[in-house]
Amino acid sequence: MRDVSIIGIGQTKVGEHWDKSLRELAFQALEAAMHDAQVERVDALYVGNMLSGELTGQEHLGALVADFAGLRGIEAMKIEAACGSGAAALRVGYIAVAGGLCDIVACIGVEKMTDKQGDIATSSLATAADADYEALHGLSFVGINALLMRRYMHEHGYRKEDFANFAINAHANATRNPYAMFPHPITAQQFAEAKPVADPINLLDSSPIADGAACVILAPTSIAREFTDKPVRVRAITVATDTVAVHDRRDPLYLEGAAISAQKAYAMAGVGPADIDLFELHDAFTIMSALSLEAAGFAQRGKGVALALDNAISLDGHIPITTMGGLKARGHPVGATGMYQIVEVAMQLRGEAGPNQVRNARLGMAQNIGGSGATVITTILEADQ
Amino acid sequence: MEVMKPVRPVGIVGYGAYVPRYRLIVEEVSQVWTGGNVVPPVREKAVPGLDEDVATMSIEAARNAVARAQRVCPGFSPQQLRAVWVGSESHPYAVKPTGTIVAEALGTSPYIQAGDWQFACKAGTEALQAAIGFVGSGMADYALAIGMDAAQGRPGDALEYTAGAGGAAFILGPLDFALVEIEGSISYVTDTPDFWRRQYEKFPEHAGRFTGEPAYFHHISSAATALMEAMKLTPADFTYAVFHQPNVKFPLKVGEELGFRREQLKPALLVNEIGNTYAGSALIGLTAVLDVAQPGERILLTSFGSGAGSDAFCLQVRAPAPHDGVWTTRQYVQRRRPINYAQYSRLKGNYKLN
Amino acid sequence: MEVARFWRTTEQRYRLVGEVCPRCHTKIFPPRDVCPACEAEAKTLYQFSGKGEVYSFTTIHSAPRGFEKYAPYMVALVRLEEGPLVTAQLTDVDESEVYIGMPVEMVTRVLREDDKRGMIVYGYKFRPVRQAEAERQLA
Repeated sequence: MRDVSIIGIGQTKVGEHWDKSLRELAFQALEAAMHDAQVERVDALYVGNMLSGELTGQEHLGALVADFAGLRGIEAMKIEAACGSGAAALRVGYIAVAGGLCDIVACIGVEKMTDKQGDIATSSLATAADADYEALHGLSFVGINALLMRRYMHEHGYRKEDFANFAINAHANATRNPYAMFPHPITAQQFAEAKPVADPINLLDSSPIADGAACVILAPTSIAREFTDKPVRVRAITVATDTVAVHDRRDPLYLEGAAISAQKAYAMAGVGPADIDLFELHDAFTIMSALSLEAAGFAQRGKGVALALDNAISLDGHIPITTMGGLKARGHPVGATGMYQIVEVAMQLRGEAGPNQVRNARLGMAQNIGGSGATVITTILEADQ
Repeated sequence: MEVMKPVRPVGIVGYGAYVPRYRLIVEEVSQVWTGGNVVPPVREKAVPGLDEDVATMSIEAARNAVARAQRVCPGFSPQQLRAVWVGSESHPYAVKPTGTIVAEALGTSPYIQAGDWQFACKAGTEALQAAIGFVGSGMADYALAIGMDAAQGRPGDALEYTAGAGGAAFILGPLDFALVEIEGSISYVTDTPDFWRRQYEKFPEHAGRFTGEPAYFHHISSAATALMEAMKLTPADFTYAVFHQPNVKFPLKVGEELGFRREQLKPALLVNEIGNTYAGSALIGLTAVLDVAQPGERILLTSFGSGAGSDAFCLQVRAPAPHDGVWTTRQYVQRRRPINYAQYSRLKGNYKLN
Repeated sequence: MEVARFWRTTEQRYRLVGEVCPRCHTKIFPPRDVCPACEAEAKTLYQFSGKGEVYSFTTIHSAPRGFEKYAPYMVALVRLEEGPLVTAQLTDVDESEVYIGMPVEMVTRVLREDDKRGMIVYGYKFRPVRQAEAERQLA
C-alpha cells in the first residue's frame, strides 16, 4: 500500500448560490483544487453527494461532473453515505491511490440544496434516517437530534444554555473565514432567545442547509512534492457504521460508529487523541459536537459539553474544533461537508488558516457523520513539511 | 309480530366503548353562526383528533371488548372471532372495508366475515342483529359488532350542534360465560327519507322537523312496542331503557311516551356530554348501562336509523362487568380536553389548505 | 402511493408484532430477522404488550412532506417494557404533560394519508397509560 498525500485543495463559498447549478459548483471547487495542485488531468474523479436525485432530479454525477470539467473519458463515480458522502468520496479516492490503481485523483463533495423549498429539503434529509421506522412517524432530522439532546440533558444534568459555546465558538471562527455562510458572531443571549425548532433544539443549535462544493487532489506521497511544497499526508481514513435508526442502538447517547471509526484511525496513524492539534467535527447540531468529542476520546461520557463550558474548544484551547466555523457557521451543504472539513484541516496544516491559524498545527483530525451516526468517517492528516 | 330469537342462546361476552378526548362547547357554534340566538340542544360534543377516524376508534373500542371478554371467558382470543362488523356512516373509505383494518389490528384469524354496515344511525345495531344471528345459528362461536361514528355536520347547520364522535363494540358469543343474555329482538323499517347523504357529498341533509314524529318517534315506538308485546313485558319489567340519542329531548320524550320513568332512561343518556355519536349513539348508551348494571336486571335497547328504522333488543344482565385495566364509558366521557371553534374547524378539516 | 410497502408491514404497524430470539430470548422490534444481541437467526413472531415509558421526546414544528397538516406533533423514543426502544408519535397528550419516564401505551392511529384520494396509513402511536391518566384526573 502506498502513502497518500493531498496536493491540492479548493472550495466555493458556502451559501445560497441562486446563480450556480450543481455541476457549476462542483467544477468551481475542482478547478480551484487542480489549479492549487498544478495538475491539468486527473486519473479518476469521485463525487461525494447525498441529495442530487431528490433535490435536483440529477443522479449520475460522476460522468456529469467529469464531462462538464472537460475530463470526458476518465473514471468517475458518485459516492453516497448521507451527510458522510464528502469524506466517503475521499475514502474511495484514498483506496484508489493507496492501492496503486490511480496516481492523481480528485475527490469532490458537492450539494445543491436551495433549488427546492425548505420543507422538501427537510423531507429529503430524513431519507438518511430509517424510512420505515423513523421517517414514517414524521420524525425529521432535527427531531432525531432533539430526542438525543433532551435525553443527554436528562442523563448528564446539563441545561440548554450549556450548549451555547459550541455555536458561539463556531460563529466566532466563521467571522474570519471568507468561505463561511454566516460570518457573524453570536452572543449567549441570542442563543438563549433563538427560535425553537424542535425542543430543546433551537435555530442556533442547528447548522443551515446550503449550497457548496469542496475538492481535494490526492497523489502518492512519493511524488507529492513534484506538485506542491506543502503536501498534507493522509495518515488515516477509516469508515465505521452503526444502526441507521437511533432506537436500534445499544445506547443512543454513545456514537458507537464514531468511536470505532476514531479508534481505527488512531491505530492506523499510530497516534492518540492527545496528539491531535485540531478537530473538525460534525456539528450539525450542538448535541452532535458533544457526542462526537466523547466518542472520539476527547472527553469522558457526559463531559463533551463540559469541554465547551471550559472553553477548551477555541483556537487556543486544549482541543480546537470547528476552526473555520464548522457546520454551524461555515454552513452544511450535506454531501459537501465532509470535504470542507478536509480542506479546512489541510489549510490549518499548511499554515494557511490566516487569523484562525491554530499554532503549531501538525496533526489534524476530521470526523464526518452520516445520518445520526450510522456512517462515520474519521480522517487524520499530517503536515508534511 | 313474533320476537326474533336465535336457535341457541346468545349473550354479550365482552364490550368496550370509545370517545375521543376533544370537546367543543356547543354554545360556540351558536355564537359563531347565530350570534348566540340558538339555544344548543346539547352542552358539548366529542371531536376526534387529527389522527382518529372510525377505524382507529373502532380498534380501541374493540380492544376494550376483547379485554373484558378475556376477563370473563377463559382462554378467549381474537382468533376465535368469525366476524368483525363495523356499522357507521363515516367509514374512512367509500370503497374498502373498515372491518379488515379493525380485524388486522386485533389480530384475528383471516377466516372471518368483515363487511361494513350502513344504515345511518342504526348501522351499529344492524351489525349487532347480524352477529346475534351468526352466533345463534351456530355458524360462529364469536362475532364482533361495532357501532362507531365521527359524525359530520355542515358548518352552521342544525346538525353541527350535535354531530359528535364515539361508539361501542360488542363481542357476541354462547351464553356460558356471557355478561348479558340477548332475550329477543325485533326490527322495524320503512322507506322514510328524513336524513340522507348522497354519494360524493361531504355533509348529510335532513328534512327538518320531519325527522321527529314520522321518523324517530314512529320507528322507535313501533319496534319497542312490538318487542315488549311479543315478549309479554311492560316498562316496569326493565331496570333501564336505552334509545338512540340525537339530542337530550328525543330519547326522554320517546321513553316517557312508552311508559318509562326518568330514572330508567338517565343512566344511558350521554348526548349532553359527547353529542350524537350516530351509529354509536344507542350502543354507547348501552355500555354506560352495562358498566353499572347488576345481575338479573333487564335492559331495553332501541336504536333509530334514518331512512328509516329501529332495532329493539331485550337484554338481561347475568354478571357484573369487569373493569380492571379497562376504561369504563364514564371514564372516557370524563376524559375531556376543551377546544374552541377554530381548533374544532381544523380537526374537522373544514379549512381549505390547498 | 406506495401500497405494497405499507401492506407488508401492516402487522407490525397495527399491533406491534416483532420477533423473539429463539436462542437468547431477546425481544426484537422493529423486526430484523437477526438477533441484535447474539446474532442468531430470529424470525419467531412476538406480540409486544404495547406498554412502555418515554425515553425522550420532542415536538416537530417543521414537518416533513406528508405530515404538515398534523404539525405541531410530538415524537418520542419509547422504551418498551420488553426491552426495545421504538420511535413513535405521542398522541392524546399536551406537550406540557410529557416527561421522561412517563408510562405510555400503544394505540393504533392514522400516521398519515397519501392525499384525499390516496390510502390511509395506520400505525402505532403512544399515549399516557389510561390508568395513570384516570388517577391523575381523579386527584
